Amino acid sequence: MSLLKVNNLVTGLANGVAIVDGLSFDIAAGETYALLGESGCGKSMTALSLMRLLPDGVSNRSGSVELGGILLTGLAEREMRSIRGAQMAMIFQEPGLSLNPVMTLGAQIAEVLVLHQGLSGIKAHQRCIELLDGVGIPDAVRRVNDYPFQLSGGMKQRVMIAMALAGKPKLLVADEPTTALDVTIQAQVLQLLRDTQKHTGMAMLLITHDLGVVAQIAHRVGVMYAGQIIEQASREDLYAHPLHPYTQKLFAALPHAERSDQTLAAIAGAVPALGSIVQGCRFAPRCDQAWELCSEQTPTWTNIAKGQGVRCHLYDSSRVKVTSGEEGLTNNNFAPLPQSIPHSQTSLLIVNDLRVYFPIRKGILQRVVGQIKAVDGVSFSLSGGRTLALVGESGCGKTTLGKSLLQLIQSTAGSIQFDGSELRGMHKRFRQRASMQMVFQDPYASLNPKMRVAEILEEGMSAGNIGSNSIVRQTQIDSLLDKVGLARNSKWRYPHEFSGGQRQRIAIARALAVSPRLLICDEPTSALDVSVQAQILNLLKSLQHELNLSYLFITHNLAVVEYLAHEVCVMYLGRIVERGTVKEVLQHPAHPYTQALLSAVPRIDLTQGEYLKLEGDLPSAADPPAGCHFAPRCRHANSICRTAFPPIVQRSLTHAVHCYLA
Amino acid sequence: MSFIPVILWSDALVFLLLAAGMLVVSYVRQHEYLRLPWRRVAKNSVAMVSLLVLSLFLLVGLLDTLHYRVELKDKNAGKTVYSPEVLSVFDKLVEPLRLHTEKTYSAPLATNLYSKESVTDVSGNIVREYSRLQYAGGQKEGSRDVLRRALFGGIAGFIAAGLLIGIRRAFLHRSPFPVRAGWVQSPVIFAALSIAGLIGMTVNLAGAYHVLGTDKVGQDVLYLSLKSIRTGLIIGTVTTLVTLPLALFLGVAAGYFRGWVDDIIQYIYTVLSSIPSVLLIAAAVLMMQVTIDTHPNWFETAASRADLRLVFLCLILGMTSWTGLCRLLRGETLKLREMEYIQAAQSFGVSSLRILSRHIIPNVMHIILIALVMDFSGLVLAEAVLSYVGVGVDPSMISFGTMINGARLEMAREPMVWWALAAAFGFMLVLVLAANLFADAVRDAFDPRLNRTEGDL
Repeated sequence: MSLLKVNNLVTGLANGVAIVDGLSFDIAAGETYALLGESGCGKSMTALSLMRLLPDGVSNRSGSVELGGILLTGLAEREMRSIRGAQMAMIFQEPGLSLNPVMTLGAQIAEVLVLHQGLSGIKAHQRCIELLDGVGIPDAVRRVNDYPFQLSGGMKQRVMIAMALAGKPKLLVADEPTTALDVTIQAQVLQLLRDTQKHTGMAMLLITHDLGVVAQIAHRVGVMYAGQIIEQASREDLYAHPLHPYTQKLFAALPHAERSDQTLAAIAGAVPALGSIVQGCRFAPRCDQAWELCSEQTPTWTNIAKGQGVRCHLYDSSRVKVTSGEEGLTNNNFAPLPQSIPHSQTSLLIVNDLRVYFPIRKGILQRVVGQIKAVDGVSFSLSGGRTLALVGESGCGKTTLGKSLLQLIQSTAGSIQFDGSELRGMHKRFRQRASMQMVFQDPYASLNPKMRVAEILEEGMSAGNIGSNSIVRQTQIDSLLDKVGLARNSKWRYPHEFSGGQRQRIAIARALAVSPRLLICDEPTSALDVSVQAQILNLLKSLQHELNLSYLFITHNLAVVEYLAHEVCVMYLGRIVERGTVKEVLQHPAHPYTQALLSAVPRIDLTQGEYLKLEGDLPSAADPPAGCHFAPRCRHANSICRTAFPPIVQRSLTHAVHCYLA
Repeated sequence: MSFIPVILWSDALVFLLLAAGMLVVSYVRQHEYLRLPWRRVAKNSVAMVSLLVLSLFLLVGLLDTLHYRVELKDKNAGKTVYSPEVLSVFDKLVEPLRLHTEKTYSAPLATNLYSKESVTDVSGNIVREYSRLQYAGGQKEGSRDVLRRALFGGIAGFIAAGLLIGIRRAFLHRSPFPVRAGWVQSPVIFAALSIAGLIGMTVNLAGAYHVLGTDKVGQDVLYLSLKSIRTGLIIGTVTTLVTLPLALFLGVAAGYFRGWVDDIIQYIYTVLSSIPSVLLIAAAVLMMQVTIDTHPNWFETAASRADLRLVFLCLILGMTSWTGLCRLLRGETLKLREMEYIQAAQSFGVSSLRILSRHIIPNVMHIILIALVMDFSGLVLAEAVLSYVGVGVDPSMISFGTMINGARLEMAREPMVWWALAAAFGFMLVLVLAANLFADAVRDAFDPRLNRTEGDL
């Protein structure tokens, strides 16, 4: 007996374009149904349609939503209000934005309790504490009077879950609940969601783009593409043999250690614009198994096996040839990369004991009362043509380190030697500027919206006096665009006309414009979809081979590290705790933090190893714990860990770790 | 009759603004991303009606800005002498209004004076009566004549506007901002037709009557109100010439450089905005008045004297009103300087000045535009208040403020003279309301936070 029945749901804009186009699925009580898809596929709009919280200009046009026998689509708004919160609740992506900053946690949760549970006063207060306790907020009695700003991101998401659970809902809609969180926190929150479901038996609709998260928590999966469910299956079936070419490609596009010498099977192009495809299969333009029929006739829903269905002509019963999933996968030919250029042994960049402290000032006289030690004694070296990955959770100082290398942030002490010359203390516009460039995380914020592509690319050249005149520069711009795989005529367009992946290509072209030798990539793919991420990673890899570039790759995504990097440094609270080659660190992690980090990464192979639960959050860099910074969260920590920072332990020539236990 | 053109200080500034405006328009037309929000404005019917009203006001103001002096018949030792009176093209166009001055007050559309005076009748007796106005009424008069004239004028204006719109439709299929026909255009056309009717009505009536009555010295109130428009517009726009560079450069510099630059700029505007602005303006205007009075030889004509005071008033208003925009721009720049494209530019070693001019300023332009359009109405009102207090424009200069100041005594009179105040009130209300509605539309069109479903989704 299914709890939620969605039948042929159509949600669209006022001008007739459908965002969600004929969606049907159902969820049983106690089941987790995951809607998987890239951004712009209509996942969130589906959730909002269910809650009937659609933004202005978007409306539900047809179809029915039934929850526990009540037809939601037919209810008046007043009746719908008693359903929301009580029967179905929602948690959002950004926990920082979904809590009211001027209300205490208790007051916000009590609001739900008063409305849907009829509790008030002491009783409501006590229930708040119970709920907060239930979601694993330590010291709930005190926390209930705290304000949201006093909590970390993971804590806020816990409070959001507590709030959603306050009305004892039958259905929980979770819209990318862990996307804004670090892996270790993500693992905590997923665990919490799983446990809560076990206790309460509620149904859960999980909306995500992350195959790893789906593998961890979902029972059944619907893969969405351009407003439609194109494949639906149980988790095991989907992961064992994905049917739709799109699903197969999604799996193939994931970066992986085994594929590090190959290019990734990126899906060409991007999700089509809303309403641009009215006839035929919506994936046909990006599908390499498509034939004429695919662009002429819209595929219908085909049930293949029990519970697994697909919307693809390949599986049409009327068609003679039925390709099985395995065959489809082998069709993706992974092009082997050319042999790696032997890298030079001399180091291009040597960083020695670099410190970046931010003073905390107080009082009228702005006296320095303390230091935020964002980067605290970091040393590493990087040779030409190699990739060094800098891994760590948010707030560990990765980005600060990258920016201080570029002299965008003044470092406090230490030395940065680039190609034999010391960069610290140099004039702002020093000569080596051009040899070191940065690719930023958010391609939407890193391009000036008021400048055309050609102007963006030319800026660095004119600042560095590269190219004698504008004609020379224009030909260089053309070749740069070729290099990053953009059409030459796109140089007269503005950034807003490009998709996220194309923007990131422009950003890479901008950095390459001054022919740098080192690129500092600050999470260049974390804002992109999986299929586009693969395109960018392929591009970065081929550029490295072509131009013998060195990368300092700042990321929290370990799968990307496995694929792209040669060496890894793991950072925790401003210090490097472990370093070594990719194989050494990722396969035989020595530091407990690295071990925890690795175990928290959701794997797609369903054979999840033991998850080393990491308690609590990253401590503040203004007041780091004494001794080993990780000691308070480390389960192996003993008294010596809490007194002094462990010295370096060489496990091999390349593998070193700062830990007493190693 | 020959004449020499006269360019007063304020005229020069208006021409400067006009040239700057045209440059901006041509720049915007070349850049697609700049045209986009203006298309949004063009789709807003309220904005377009307001713009129509504003452009009529602007037309009057511009015509009133083209000044000249007429040559006199008498020659002074062979040299041509020009009249000391500075006239404008607008004065010439509405010459009857300017020259038809009565003895004193008369009510709107009246044929007789508002107060009794002693006249000698045919038999030589002195009687007190409401004597006939010199320039009002004709062979036919009375309310029938007024109605007839209003009707004919209205219909004529309506037809003329209808013909113009028809011709434009027939010959110009493409408008600069492609607008979906029917949806937006109908209210705009309706407004245009009714405004044309109203103008036709007024013109036809003004030929024979004082449509809005006359003031104490018999000047036509309609003429005064129309002349006030230029003063209001100049205060509203020329002031921005002062505020804009100050606010832009100081605000952006404070936000971008931080540190001691920020401290100094913040200190200046905090101090400046904590001085009561009326006090500051009064002090400055009075000081300037003394200077002007002690140097009568600086000015050829009374008009140039009054004009200098107007320009000076703009200057002082500008000096006191840049702080708000400056604070706004500083905040926005603080946000922008952390954007990644700024850091990308910094990592190329691009100079600070170039970052400011290529990255920051283009990205705060929408804020400047919104602030300027919204400040405009505030400044027009400020002029009225200052002139009422007596520290505004020169008493000889016609402005809404001086009209209201004059109305102070008229309201206390028995029977009350209400039309001067009502006319100033009405004109100012229409001007400021149109400016505010237009500003609202501009702000909505440029506001990135507004959720739009048209292009982005």
